[in-house]
Amino acid sequence: MNQNAWRVELELLPSRKDPLGGAATATINGCGMHLNKDLRVGRGYLLPPQLDRQQVEEIATRLLSDKVNEVTAIVAPDEKPQNGTSLLVRRMAGVSDPEAETAMRALELLEIDLQGLRLETYRSYRCQEEVDSNVFLEVGGAELANLTIEEAVLADGDLALHSIPTPLQSSRREVEVRNLDLAQLEDVSREMSLALTGAEMQAVQDFFNDIEREPTDAELETLAQTWSEHCKHKTLTGPVDFKMIDDAGDVVEEAHYDNLLKETVFAATETLSPEWCWSVFKDNAGVIAMTDEIGIAVKVETHNHPSALDPYGGAGTGIGGCIRDILGTGKGARPFASTDVFCVGPKDIAESDIPPGTMHPDRVLDGVIAGVRDYGNRMGIPTIAGTVIRHPGYVANPLVFAGSIGEIPRKYVDKAAVPGDLIVAFGGRTGRDGIHGATFSSEALHEDSESVDSAAVQIGDPITEKKVLDVLLEARDADLFNAVTDCGAGGFSSAVGEMGEDIGAEVDLDNAPLKYAGLDYWEIWISEAQERMIASVAPKDLSQLQSMCDKHDVELTVLGTFADHERLILRWHGEVVADMPMAFLHGGVPQPLNYAVASCPPQNATEWPAEFNCEELLLDVLEHPSVASKEYVVRQYDHEVQGGTVLKPYQGANGNGAGDGTVVKPRLDLPQGVAVGCGIAPRMAELDAYAGAANAIDEAMRNVVAAGGNPHRTAILDNFCWGDCRKPDRLGSLVLAAQACHEMAIAYGTPFISGKDSLNNEYRVGDEEVAIPPTLLCTATAIVDDCAKTVGSHVVSANNLLVQIGASNAAGGASVASDLLGLTDSKVPRPDTETAVVIFNAIHQAIGEGIIASCHDLSEGGLAAAAAEMVIGADGLGVEIDSDLVPSTGKLTCISALFSEAPTRFIAEVSAQDLPRLTEIMRGVLWATIGQVTSSSQLELKHNSAVVCSVPRSTLATANQVPA
Amino acid sequence: MKPRVLQLFASGINCDRELRYAFELAGAEVTEIHIRELTKSPQLIRECDVFAIPGGFTYGDDLGAGRVLGLEVEKFLSEELHALHDRGGSIFGVCNGFQVLVKAGLLPQVDGVDVSLTWNTSHRFESRWSRMIVEESISHILPAGSIFPAPSAHAEGQIVLGRGQTDVAALESANAIALRYCDRDGNITSQWPDCPSGSIGAIAGLVSSSGRIIGLMPHPERNLSVLHTPDRGNGAWGNGSEGLSFFKGLLAPYLAHSKV
Repeated sequence: MNQNAWRVELELLPSRKDPLGGAATATINGCGMHLNKDLRVGRGYLLPPQLDRQQVEEIATRLLSDKVNEVTAIVAPDEKPQNGTSLLVRRMAGVSDPEAETAMRALELLEIDLQGLRLETYRSYRCQEEVDSNVFLEVGGAELANLTIEEAVLADGDLALHSIPTPLQSSRREVEVRNLDLAQLEDVSREMSLALTGAEMQAVQDFFNDIEREPTDAELETLAQTWSEHCKHKTLTGPVDFKMIDDAGDVVEEAHYDNLLKETVFAATETLSPEWCWSVFKDNAGVIAMTDEIGIAVKVETHNHPSALDPYGGAGTGIGGCIRDILGTGKGARPFASTDVFCVGPKDIAESDIPPGTMHPDRVLDGVIAGVRDYGNRMGIPTIAGTVIRHPGYVANPLVFAGSIGEIPRKYVDKAAVPGDLIVAFGGRTGRDGIHGATFSSEALHEDSESVDSAAVQIGDPITEKKVLDVLLEARDADLFNAVTDCGAGGFSSAVGEMGEDIGAEVDLDNAPLKYAGLDYWEIWISEAQERMIASVAPKDLSQLQSMCDKHDVELTVLGTFADHERLILRWHGEVVADMPMAFLHGGVPQPLNYAVASCPPQNATEWPAEFNCEELLLDVLEHPSVASKEYVVRQYDHEVQGGTVLKPYQGANGNGAGDGTVVKPRLDLPQGVAVGCGIAPRMAELDAYAGAANAIDEAMRNVVAAGGNPHRTAILDNFCWGDCRKPDRLGSLVLAAQACHEMAIAYGTPFISGKDSLNNEYRVGDEEVAIPPTLLCTATAIVDDCAKTVGSHVVSANNLLVQIGASNAAGGASVASDLLGLTDSKVPRPDTETAVVIFNAIHQAIGEGIIASCHDLSEGGLAAAAAEMVIGADGLGVEIDSDLVPSTGKLTCISALFSEAPTRFIAEVSAQDLPRLTEIMRGVLWATIGQVTSSSQLELKHNSAVVCSVPRSTLATANQVPA
Repeated sequence: MKPRVLQLFASGINCDRELRYAFELAGAEVTEIHIRELTKSPQLIRECDVFAIPGGFTYGDDLGAGRVLGLEVEKFLSEELHALHDRGGSIFGVCNGFQVLVKAGLLPQVDGVDVSLTWNTSHRFESRWSRMIVEESISHILPAGSIFPAPSAHAEGQIVLGRGQTDVAALESANAIALRYCDRDGNITSQWPDCPSGSIGAIAGLVSSSGRIIGLMPHPERNLSVLHTPDRGNGAWGNGSEGLSFFKGLLAPYLAHSKV
């Protein structure tokens, strides 16, 4: 045990309100504590025991405390704190502590010499009353600390700085595989957490039998990373036999795919091949043209399993990793917008219904929002679009999607590593964080995940990433590297392996700068420590790059060289610990045949009730998590940083009118921008996987078109999150979704430019295996030719007419209203693609001509919810709609007219004088005038000439503001 | 010759693009410099009329927003910044830049008043539009009494006074308050959400007695056209011209002559 450290603890002055203390108290009071007075929260620092009191006081006064606002308490190593029972939460050994790093830097500035010693940070929670300290430790530890990366101790115990590990003296190790049988090979895979199947292990065995030696642990680890589902997408790119069966069990459709993704999603892009797509499916992000010179790079990633264990850290590093994908696109794109979509369990779920090892959905949601907020805000990249989905299927396996969008000059879109170039790593240091992240994310979660996989959690440091961004763009513009990529899943192994795929690479692992000593060579190679990039740098450019990095305080290291022998060679202390041909590494994985079986979706009509209370249903719909305002999330995100957010996610006089797509200008001096929209429909996909995917794509398209995006310059991204696709029913719904992607993309003329899948989203408790609902997120990015012509989604002028463009129908399967009313499962509406394209084009034309004053798409909650949102965002205006005037295919009742959720529908506001021109533009489209804008601040819905619903704006807004 | 703005850059600054754009739109010539370079050559400050610190999260807000960059500014730039001010130049900080000015002791410079910025009373990052009433102290920049709309985006924007200092009278009498949060009708308020931070006296920005060291929490550089306003200039948030007027007002003294 090390000697106790000095503690410096800062609390707000007693006279100040402590909101953090209030929040912490509320958290633990629900869980077995009953405090009458709020906790006081403090920020604490552990200082080395070697310092004397005078030195500690100087550090506290000059650096740590804010004397205007805080009181300082200093506890000497041999003292006990005197002020009641406190819980201290500190990081575990080896977990990064960026604030301590900053503090040590600032001490240098103040010319205070720590003599090579370190400090650490912690937080304290002090009770202001008598409590049972053991209960406080147990409850506080569970609720206030993240025990995956933190530990909680009572303040009256010992507290020492973590020891510094000593460097590891390891040498090359071989793993015996050549003489094992299948079961033994599978044991090796399991024991080493490789996540390789028996067949894959046999392929490895065959290879090493051929070259007549055993593999090293580093070679096995490298193969496991490169062949992981996360990196290789084996299921989606592998052969599939597909069957659709009807209720009687008869096969009604059959298909075989050699490569499912290639023949569906990629094939659509190949068929379309528009010249404005500059880079598709080959780089870290897809790139489309905004102008002749400037491209837009888009990438959306999932970070599900890390976020289940550590919502805050997992979501933060999720967005951080996606931002690095944009930085690593071409020779570097500049990120200017982010997106986030969260799928979590229901908010009212009882603790007893939550499987062991799983957090309550509310805690997950709070954590992931905070994670994206703190990472995105610190990076200075606006998080501008997204949503929150609540569904029981996500309780044990929440989903976190994070997207990033960047701008890149056309000349930097292509890149290639060059033999003879130096392999340069820059950014953060390598630690033990995130070991086995790629293989972990390829396996199902289980109840022990929380304890055994803590090393899989990565710790983010956004300021380091911001510095990486700054130096990368400066170096790109100075032409200092030939290629760059990020270290994501698999760390150095994937980054160097991919860059050197066609040429070969040699790496000296001793060169990697470490956060702390003690890492073994294979750990360095596959660590997923964050904020690291790899560049291919000509030797002549190194010194200039070095001085640029020095200026930005970014660490640069030469790891090795790119070669021309088409092999991957790793050395440790001069000894070769891995030597494999790139061809085997990237091409050796066997592709097993998978079987897919899907059942036919329900075709029965929705049994809408004949009688209903329209006002009640409307308010319930507005409160439903799918419709409820996500403004409280957006208000925590700096969604206007960089000054380019010109059509905001929440708009209007009150700032609470939900928009459709968000519009952002990457260049403030140009008229062009991009509209970004997200579509996701897991509730529909549960009933009809094809319709779920098709509706997700339609929704993303509606969002960007309503926001003024050009439908002829819209690219889409796919993110498939599915259960274990080795099971035929899971893969069956995936095939249907992929078919929908193929057909929709071609019909809409919207190519897929990038995508990512996350399979094995299942959770095991005992023998039970639960899959998430089939979840496809479609992210659309549309070029806006002139941002000044875009319109908002709330009504702006009394007496203007309201028109519905696109036909409604009575199909209400998986609609919000059917969920609320508890209706039997029924047919889910699908887009009519031929009509849809005409509608998108017509709306775009009308917005461009300036005859649409406001426009909102009809989405979850149908016409009634959309109309209500148009009122919520308005300034003293209202809306009046007659449900009998709604254009339709087939017969509608009042309830189906107002609450059904057919795709490809919009409400647009037009003046009476523009109606003739609108009529011309809408030729061939089913549309009708359904109401008007009024000067009374309310929503009025009519049926049979009678008012069936009349609700003031404030009531609509209040219902809608219940947090999702 | 255009007014010359020297704009600071440091690890974690992230509002540099829009601030530079705003200054340029208002007619300035902007030079950006990294703190690492400026601490080596602080005399470069002599070449500018306005020294500006953009918003962001310098050093990750570690040890308190603006604290560490504040230390650097105080230690390495203080002498040149005072000289700039003495010869008629301006010093401007927005959001984190304002926090830096406060932590570096450049604002408010009123005897007997200790000011700090701390967490918003909501204890959240607040990203929402604000309205501010312009005080007489900066009437050389914007019309006194007018409503100035701009988006807020900060977590540590609550202005607090030192122990035992209970009201803002001393700041008022020193004309140190530049802007105060108000509601749509122009009534000053410390209530959330009109006042995102819960600042004492609803203070949104401070100014030196010279009128030439100015800092504020909201972002005027993000309100440069009707496209920036939440309601497209329909009146609830001004008409989209106020942000640019602010920057023009800030630069006005340096438009006429080439050297301060």
